[in-house]
Amino acid sequence: MQCQICQKRTATIHLTEISEGVRTEMHICEQCAVEQGVAAHSQMSVNELLSHLLAVQPSDEEIFGPSEESVCPSCGFTLERLRKEGTLGCPLDYKVFEQALLPLIERAHGGKSNHCGKVPTKVPKDTKKFVELSQLRKQLEDAVRDEDYELAAKLRDKMKQFE
Amino acid sequence: MELTDLSHDINEWFSGTGPLADIVVSSRIRLARNLAGHRFLSNCSVEEKAEILEKLKSVLMSLNLGDEVFYISVDKESELTRNVLVERHLISRHHAMATGPRGAVIARRESFTAMINEEDHLRLQVLKAGCQLAACAEQIDRIDTMIEERVEYAFSPRFGYLTACPTNLGTAIRVSVMLHMPALKLTGQIEKFLGAAKDMNLAVRGLFGEGTEAASDLYQLSNQVSLGVNEKGVVSEFENVIIPEIVEYEKTARKQLLAKQSDTLDDKIARAMALLQNAHLISSQEALFLLSHLRLGLNMHEHMGASTPAIERLCALHDDSGRDENDRLSIRTINRLFMLTLPAHLQLNYGKSLDVTHRDALRAQIIRDALHQQS
Repeated sequence: MQCQICQKRTATIHLTEISEGVRTEMHICEQCAVEQGVAAHSQMSVNELLSHLLAVQPSDEEIFGPSEESVCPSCGFTLERLRKEGTLGCPLDYKVFEQALLPLIERAHGGKSNHCGKVPTKVPKDTKKFVELSQLRKQLEDAVRDEDYELAAKLRDKMKQFE
Repeated sequence: MELTDLSHDINEWFSGTGPLADIVVSSRIRLARNLAGHRFLSNCSVEEKAEILEKLKSVLMSLNLGDEVFYISVDKESELTRNVLVERHLISRHHAMATGPRGAVIARRESFTAMINEEDHLRLQVLKAGCQLAACAEQIDRIDTMIEERVEYAFSPRFGYLTACPTNLGTAIRVSVMLHMPALKLTGQIEKFLGAAKDMNLAVRGLFGEGTEAASDLYQLSNQVSLGVNEKGVVSEFENVIIPEIVEYEKTARKQLLAKQSDTLDDKIARAMALLQNAHLISSQEALFLLSHLRLGLNMHEHMGASTPAIERLCALHDDSGRDENDRLSIRTINRLFMLTLPAHLQLNYGKSLDVTHRDALRAQIIRDALHQQS
């Protein structure tokens, strides 16, 4: 995704502002962010990134309420441990802590949060269909970005068939 | 199969061959995978780690991987052996220093390694000489598909392959190339490369991965985004966009060195030769730094036809490794000296632990012997 300000560099900072119920999004590169005073120039380590993002997130209690849900029922993991250790406790944590993890995931992956790569052969058909739709969505985005509207129309029709 | 069978020579991926080998030393792709129904490693008991290790080891050893493979119980090996594996890029520093049951399945030609119980249950890697990312991708995908027919991976429709650290999610692919960039350094333009890498959302690491210095002007360049992209797209972007652009920077800097700063170039090469041929004590860092200038001189001669007084003297050096048909000093010999004089290799091949001074003396002797003047 290109920076909306300089239209040259890749956008690595993705800002979402919700003001009076109106949501606006901004995708900019780090240099323009620094120039606009939006972000400080930095090269964060993974751990710093995790700590920084989790620090500005609501606490486990704020998200889930003071209940047992702030602890993964499968492995007993908490977000506090992710802050300290930088890794999760079990695959189910992605579901249990999904809302808290999403901003971190999107930041780490250039604003993206849907898989559109390889799918194991053994997964159910619904899973394959879900990922294939994500792949088509990404191809459609790329086609629109490249102004290949003929391809975009074909992809849109293909997505309609899927849905 | 003993590790000492390997430690007297360099591996194929470091042979100085392959496409764009004068700048792209090697290509590597790694995939991270975890088993469904198990916790991630930081939250696993020793018993669960042992169970995961046994399961994955038996699956991997039963596959036809296209090359003879051997297994190393990393947790049962000495620190020296583990460090040799790190120096050969067969396991990561993290894997060498982790705790609990863990192992590695390694192809004899060292182009493939499966690290079991690293940060994730399974880390597969394929390494090849030069710029060969598409071939790496094809091989690793084939191996991954064979494994997933026998085990169930932790996978989510939304997030893809689930990894212990959220930064590896999705395809869980890490595509990287090791680049030799001495001319950008000598012409004071290395920031140009680092800036370009940052703009393309790529990570730049040192010779031995995260947190290590760029010794010997070698840099590892890799993708950071693994979610919301597909494997072919990442590889294709590297091969068609990123690598050509970065390689062009270094090529331009080499041309600039030759045309406008040939005295600087000759001085670096001549000093490196003089020190390496005469020193009696040499540290690993100094050897890596000086060997980088010899590699630059040889590559500029072979790929650009460069001929300066120092390059001519360098190219006249005798190579007694028996590998080069013209008996001239080859990149392979430079790379061999580079790897075999790293601290753990020196000690394993010498057969005992050595203190720093003895290592520096042995290293200097090996290099002096290899770079003796042609009579």
